[in-house]
Amino acid sequence: MTLLAVDNLTVTLNTVRGPARAVRNLSFELEKGQTLGIVGESGCGKSLTALAIMGLLPENGWADGTVKLAGENLLTYSEDQMCQVRGNRIGMVFQEPMTSLNPLHTVGRQIAEAMRLHRGVNKAEARTEVLRLLDMVGIPEPTKRINSYPHQLSGGQRQRVMIAMALSCGPELLIADEPTTALDVTIQKQILDLIRNLIEDLGMAMILISHNLGVIYQNVQDVIVMYGGARVESGPTHDVFANLSHPYSQGLFEAVPQIDDTKASRRRLRTIPGTVPELADLPAGCTFQDRCDYVTDACRPTQPPVVQIAAGHNVACLHVDAARKQWAAR
Amino acid sequence: MEGQPSIWRRCLAHRSFVAGGSLTGVLVLTALVSLVWTPWNPIKQNLRERLVAPSWEHLLGTDQFGRDIFSIIMAGAQNSITVGVVSVSIGMTFGVALGLWASAKRGWTEELIMRASDFMYAFPAILLAIMLVATLGQGAINAIVAIGIFSIPVFARLTRGAANAIWAREFILAARAAGKGKLRITVEHVLPNIVSVLVVQITIQFALAILAEAALSFLGLGAQPPTPSWGRMLDETRSMIFINPWLAVYPGVAIAISVLGLNLLGDGLRDVIDPRLARKR
Repeated sequence: MTLLAVDNLTVTLNTVRGPARAVRNLSFELEKGQTLGIVGESGCGKSLTALAIMGLLPENGWADGTVKLAGENLLTYSEDQMCQVRGNRIGMVFQEPMTSLNPLHTVGRQIAEAMRLHRGVNKAEARTEVLRLLDMVGIPEPTKRINSYPHQLSGGQRQRVMIAMALSCGPELLIADEPTTALDVTIQKQILDLIRNLIEDLGMAMILISHNLGVIYQNVQDVIVMYGGARVESGPTHDVFANLSHPYSQGLFEAVPQIDDTKASRRRLRTIPGTVPELADLPAGCTFQDRCDYVTDACRPTQPPVVQIAAGHNVACLHVDAARKQWAAR
Repeated sequence: MEGQPSIWRRCLAHRSFVAGGSLTGVLVLTALVSLVWTPWNPIKQNLRERLVAPSWEHLLGTDQFGRDIFSIIMAGAQNSITVGVVSVSIGMTFGVALGLWASAKRGWTEELIMRASDFMYAFPAILLAIMLVATLGQGAINAIVAIGIFSIPVFARLTRGAANAIWAREFILAARAAGKGKLRITVEHVLPNIVSVLVVQITIQFALAILAEAALSFLGLGAQPPTPSWGRMLDETRSMIFINPWLAVYPGVAIAISVLGLNLLGDGLRDVIDPRLARKR
């Protein structure tokens, strides 16, 4: 059953340089219990996609298209109606656990607030539930920690608290926006394992946003690679990583250091030449044209068509065959 | 924060906080004591003892009506404190509410509120107060209301600025993602985080209110006779200034000390409550 259907989502931001289309015609579907990763570099529109789903775009931005949660278009919801959805049916975890908690309230109170708001539970019930949640997200001594202030917790513990907050009302969908970017590597793994296990246990769907290919590879069933606000490649995670087909996805993968003793590890680390284009004046055709090895004149006038190269594996590139051949021979 | 000295320790270590706190304490104590006791009745005239020089009997001497100046100064503190408390409460209640509203709504609401504040702010405060008192009629209550109204834009602008900075913080986004409405976020997250800024402004507005009340009373628009008021004392002794100059000095010193004390206290509070705002010396 389809839980979330995003269709032709376009996010436009008013900037000093004119309207910038930060997300362009993005469509995807998410089944109940399915996990989806969105990967891309800074400014590719992955976070704005999440904020658009939550109805939390900045003042100067708006979304077109449809975002249907269980058949209802969230983009037509009023602010009051969205308040019923946020935290209740969709939970969200943010990038910065250091600053995502109010420094003036105890963590127990902050977790309880959302529950009391959506579930109407009383103080005592909320406390019991908070203790259970803190235990569930692996915080030692919940009875002590429930009265801690954010500054008394470490970054990893704070992110666990954020996860407890996001899960407190039993949402159907969890959006995790770079949940481990601000944490060190060992904690990263713990937090990701925690999220993955909880999602599985609770039967929730998840959108995991990251710029880290390894994080995406290990934690989600399907993946969307975004560049310049558009989807360039998508499909089941294992298929996509086994057959990276878009020149941008390939470039992204090449830029990751490999630690194994094969031929690949002894090459120089490749980077993608050039910089991300200004969203306010994107080129007419493929957004990647100025940085692509395979670019031809055909790429410039119009958006490249989406080609299906395997079941569910789609690539938006005119030269996908050439790119795949080159990738296989590397 | 852990490892930092407690807030009281930091207060006591701060020189201008201690100085300002002591002066303000003296002001408040004087007003409280004068409620139950003054050496002489501050409004009783005694024409036989006019313009008596300071003595043990009359610590600061008497004025042209034979009233004990020390007693009037003491009773005048009541007036100043009442004006400060009431007018700052008016200004703060409306100003903070408007500022929070502007900050939560943004867009046109914010523009409207802030431009209206700017408009009021652009008027010289004392002129505005005179205008209001002229419209509403003179008297202590109208003076207080007028002073309160002119401090509304001060609080509105400060609150809106501080609140906007809080609204941009990550935990506000997280709170919104948890499904909290703007009103709830304003009360639970924004207001508690700007209290420190407001407390400092309150002490400074308090000092300004005392000054403004003195000015209005001096012009005969504030407290009416025989209510003891420092501003009116200055006015009444104006004609005596070449005969008995000290008559004008006493209320002037009282006003100066109160305002200085409150300003020092505000400065100290700012440094103690929020070390990040401390002026670099």
